[in-house]
Amino acid sequence: MSNEALQESIVQLFPSAEFDGTGEFLTVTISAAEFYPLMNTLSKDEAFQFNYLFCLTCIDWKTHLMMVYHLLSRTHRHNLVVKVKLSDCENPSIDSITSLWKTAEFHEREVFDLFGVHFNNHPDLRRLLLDENWDGFPLRKNYVDENMIAL
Amino acid sequence: MSLLGENYYTEEGEFVINIGPQHPSTHGVLHLKVWLDGETIKRVQPHLGYIHRSIEKMSESLSYRNFIYATSRMDYLSAHINNEACALTVEKGLQIEAPPRAQAIRILLAELTRLSSHLLWWGCTGLDLGAVTPFFYAFREREMILDIMEETCGARLTQNFMVPGGVMYDIHPNFQKRTKDILVQVKSKLGEYYNILTGNPIFEQRTKGVGYLSAEDAISFGCTGPIARASGVSCDVRKWFPYEGYDKLEFKEILLTDGDCYARYMLRMAEMSESISIIEQLIDNIPEGDIQTKTKQVLKLPKGEFYQRVETARGELGVFIVSDGAASPYRIKYRSPNFSNLSALETMAKGSKIGDLIAIMATMDLIVPDIDR
Amino acid sequence: MDVSDKLVFPAQLHQTEDGGFLVTKLDDIINWARSNSLWPLIFGTSCCAIEMMSAADAKYDWSRFGFEVARASPRQADLIIVAGTIVMKMAPVLKRLYDQMPDPKYVIAMGACTISGGPFFYNTYSVVKGVDHVIPVDVYVPGCPPRPEALLHSMITLQEKIKHESYFGNRKKNEQ
Repeated sequence: MSNEALQESIVQLFPSAEFDGTGEFLTVTISAAEFYPLMNTLSKDEAFQFNYLFCLTCIDWKTHLMMVYHLLSRTHRHNLVVKVKLSDCENPSIDSITSLWKTAEFHEREVFDLFGVHFNNHPDLRRLLLDENWDGFPLRKNYVDENMIAL
Repeated sequence: MSLLGENYYTEEGEFVINIGPQHPSTHGVLHLKVWLDGETIKRVQPHLGYIHRSIEKMSESLSYRNFIYATSRMDYLSAHINNEACALTVEKGLQIEAPPRAQAIRILLAELTRLSSHLLWWGCTGLDLGAVTPFFYAFREREMILDIMEETCGARLTQNFMVPGGVMYDIHPNFQKRTKDILVQVKSKLGEYYNILTGNPIFEQRTKGVGYLSAEDAISFGCTGPIARASGVSCDVRKWFPYEGYDKLEFKEILLTDGDCYARYMLRMAEMSESISIIEQLIDNIPEGDIQTKTKQVLKLPKGEFYQRVETARGELGVFIVSDGAASPYRIKYRSPNFSNLSALETMAKGSKIGDLIAIMATMDLIVPDIDR
Repeated sequence: MDVSDKLVFPAQLHQTEDGGFLVTKLDDIINWARSNSLWPLIFGTSCCAIEMMSAADAKYDWSRFGFEVARASPRQADLIIVAGTIVMKMAPVLKRLYDQMPDPKYVIAMGACTISGGPFFYNTYSVVKGVDHVIPVDVYVPGCPPRPEALLHSMITLQEKIKHESYFGNRKKNEQ
C-alpha cells in the first residue's frame, strides 16, 4: 500500500490520528489511550498485516517524551512509524505491545531501563542493561552522574 | 545479593545454574540463567549489560564525523558494514550520495568483511562443539583477508574507513590482485571445509533437529539475517531495500525451511559462496572517479529523523538519528540485529539438553557487545 | 653506621628479605619454570578478544612461548589477559575471577579500554576507566585493538619481569 492509501485507511478507523508524510516513512501520531487499539488493528488486520516491529525507542525532548515504533509488513512490504507523545515526564506510562510482537519484550525493558517509561501489562518489567539498584535513567537529558567526565 | 546469584533448587525441584559471564563458548559476556530438570532445559533467561558501554549516550556529545568510530566496536566482526550504515544515514540527512567508485569500494569491503566474519563463525562453531581444527583453518584465510584490509585501511579489526560522503582513501594498488588471489584460495578451501565438518556424523547428530525456530516465531521475535532465512523468512536488506548499488549486482537470497541448527549452518556456508560471487563481479569493474563527495568541514543535519538499514553478517542493522539542527546528534538509536535474535533463544532451547544449548548458541552467532551497545 | 640517615625522600632503603645470595640460583630455576609455562585464562569481553584469538592461532602462535594451554577455569590459570572494556556490572565478576586464581598470578591489561577506559572515557556512565581500579596490573598493552604481535611482545615482557622476581622475597608480598 502506498503512503496515501495507508493514511486513508487509518484515518477512517482512528479519526484523531495525525499524519506526517514528509520523511522517508509515513508517521502516525496517536494518543496514549488509542495506542493499543491502533497497534492491534495494524498487526491483525488483513489490509495492513504489520507483522514485523523492527525498532522501538524513546526520545527525550525535555518537555515531553516521544515513543517511536517502526513497523514493517513482510507480506505487503510497506513501512509505518507510530509515535506517541507522553507529556508526564515524572511517571510516564504506556501500554505494552508484547502480546502482539514478542520482540517488544526486550525492547520495552531497555526503554524502561534507560528512560524510565513504565509499560502496563508487561510480563517482566525490570532493568535489562544496568545494575538492578542503579539510580536514575541515564539516557534522559537531565541525568547527572559524577562518574561521567565531560569532554 | 550478588548479581550472579548462586546455584539453587526451586520448589519444583528444578536446578538453576549460571552459564557465563565468563565462559569459553558464550561468544562474549552473556550471562544465561538456566532452569534444569535433570539435563533438560525448562527455561533460559539471558542477563545482559556486562558490556554496556553507553555508546548511545556518548554519541550525543560527538560530531557527525566522530560518532562512526564507536560503531566499529559494537559488532566488531562486521565493522565496515556498521560504519557504512552510519555514513549512509548521515548522507541521507545531508541528501548527498557517495560517488560510484566509493560505492563499489564500500561493497567490496563489506563483502570481504562478511566473508571474514563467516569464516570466524565457522571456526568458532567447530571449537564450541569440540572440533579444534576448524578454528586454525578458518583463521588462516581470515588473516589473509585482514592483511588486505590492513594494507588499504590501516587497521585489522576496527577500520573506520567510511566517512559521510565516501571512503577515506583510495584503495591500495595491490588490492585487486590480492583480493583475486584470496578468492581463488577460499573457493578451493570451501570444499575442504565441507568435508571436515559438514559431513561429519557427530556434527550432524548434534545439529540436525536441534533448536527449531518456526517462521512465525522468527517474524514475531524480529529475527533477521541467517537465523530468519534458515526458517524460510525472506529478509535480506540487500534485496528488500537495496542500497549502494546492490540492485545492480546478481546474487541470490538463499532460503531454507528446516529452521534447525543444521539449516543455519548450511545457510552461512552458502552465503560465503554468494559473497565470493559478488566480489568477483565487482573486483575488475571498479568505476573510476572521486572517492568522496565534497562536504563541509562541520556537518550539521537538518531537523528531522533519519533511518537507514543495512545487512550485516548477522542481520539487519538500523541506525536511527534524530537531529535538531546542531552539530551533534540529538538521539541515536542502533537497532542491532543480535538484540532481537537473542530474544528467540528461549523458544529455540526449551526442552533440549545443555549440549544442545551450546550448539544453538554457536549457530546463532551472537556478538554480545552489539546486544548491549 | 646507618646508611638510611644520609638518604633523602623519596629514596627508601629496603632490607633484603630472608634468602640472600645463597638462593639466587634457586630463584633463577623457579622463575625460568614459571615464566615459560604461563597458562592464560580465557577472558575476553569485546573486540580485543578477537585479537587475542588471533594471537592464539597458527599465524601468531603464542604456544611457542609456553602459553599453550588456555584454561577456562580460573583455578587452573596463572595469567589473566583482560581483553576488552570492563563496565561497572562486570567489575565484581572480574574481581571474583582474580580472587579465585591461585598465587602466583599475573595480569596483562590489553587494549586502551583496560588501561584508561579508552575510547569510552568521556561521557559514559557505565565504563570503569581503567582495570587497575579493580585488580593490580603487571603489563599494559596499548592499542585499539593491539596487534597480535603487540600482545606477544607484552607476554615476553611479562616473562622478563618474572625472571627478575625473587621467590623467597616475595612470600610476604601484599595483595591489594
